Amino acid sequence: MKKLLLAATLATLSALPVHAADYVIDTQGAHAFVQFKISHLGYSWLYGRFNTFAGDFSYDAADLTASKIQLSIDTNSIDSNHAERDKHLRGSDFLNVAKHPKATFVSTKVVAKAGDNFDLHGKLTLNGVTKEVVIAAEKIGEGQDPWGGYRAGFAGTTSFALKDFGINYDLGPASSTVFMELSIEGIKQ
Amino acid sequence: MLKNSQHHYGLISVLLHWLMAFMVIGLFNLGVWMVDLTYYSKWYRIAPDWHKSVGMLLAVLWCIRLLWRLFSQQPKSIASHRAWQRLLSGIVQAYLYLAMALMVLSGYLISTEDGRAISVFGWFDVPSLGALFNHQADIAGLVHEYVAYSLIAFASIHGLAALKHHVIDKDQTLSRMLGRKP
Repeated sequence: MKKLLLAATLATLSALPVHAADYVIDTQGAHAFVQFKISHLGYSWLYGRFNTFAGDFSYDAADLTASKIQLSIDTNSIDSNHAERDKHLRGSDFLNVAKHPKATFVSTKVVAKAGDNFDLHGKLTLNGVTKEVVIAAEKIGEGQDPWGGYRAGFAGTTSFALKDFGINYDLGPASSTVFMELSIEGIKQ
Repeated sequence: MLKNSQHHYGLISVLLHWLMAFMVIGLFNLGVWMVDLTYYSKWYRIAPDWHKSVGMLLAVLWCIRLLWRLFSQQPKSIASHRAWQRLLSGIVQAYLYLAMALMVLSGYLISTEDGRAISVFGWFDVPSLGALFNHQADIAGLVHEYVAYSLIAFASIHGLAALKHHVIDKDQTLSRMLGRKP
């Protein structure tokens, strides 16, 4: 009886159509990056990143529009390679991390474009404010890794005005927009 | 002249006391003011540099002063001071020493977490010890803020008490710290 039940269950599972595969973002091996750049006075780019984040996505090369991603970022982990600046960025002038320790991105739809490019629409929550953003994304590659797993990787960029997320500290006219650069590699589950 | 005696403070003690008093008051006001400077203020960079430089010099004076206090003769308490006044003033003064040490240490830890040294007016660098614990700049920053307010509160009590002795009790407490002999 037990065997029969098991066989029936397996038969049912294998009969289900295979949809998008689920991937976990490889933060363990640090093959994913959440970076930002912002102009300094209009004279140069200042780069920084968030060191701690987690997320997963589902992706199906055959049906890109069924893909989804969610990402949760520990805002406390901001790192611009300067302890005093990072302290300022964590404070109430910028990210207010004591009150808003997480930033999240949850995709809402995917619009395929030419080649491996697509637009990833989603809701970005930052500093307690949720806004729709569009990430211009590109699939970089996918395939077997040398250690028995399967990986898929993407890159994406987006930008938004700091004041859209309630960050009103005046860094000057050239520095009102922050540019995000995402590099995401997932391991198929 | 330079050294203390049984009944008076010498020039070294007097100068250390007043120099550090002005530095502490100056650092406090500079600190409160500079954290709200806007990015385009011409003071945005220079004010923290001066704050850190003066803070490091205060650390040097603190060490000299503690050694001087421990190893030189200390004037006796003024005879008219009651036991509870001596105890209370001793506690307040001990806390002032402790708070100044905490201010210097916490300030140092904020600025040096990432390995950067503190330049003292460009004369010399105080090297960093790196990150000694997690969230160092944030934790040290909170300590720096709260201890600063408590230090100023205790310094105010200390100053008001000195004025009370001078104006109401008309004793030598304050004038002695101005270097006058009884």
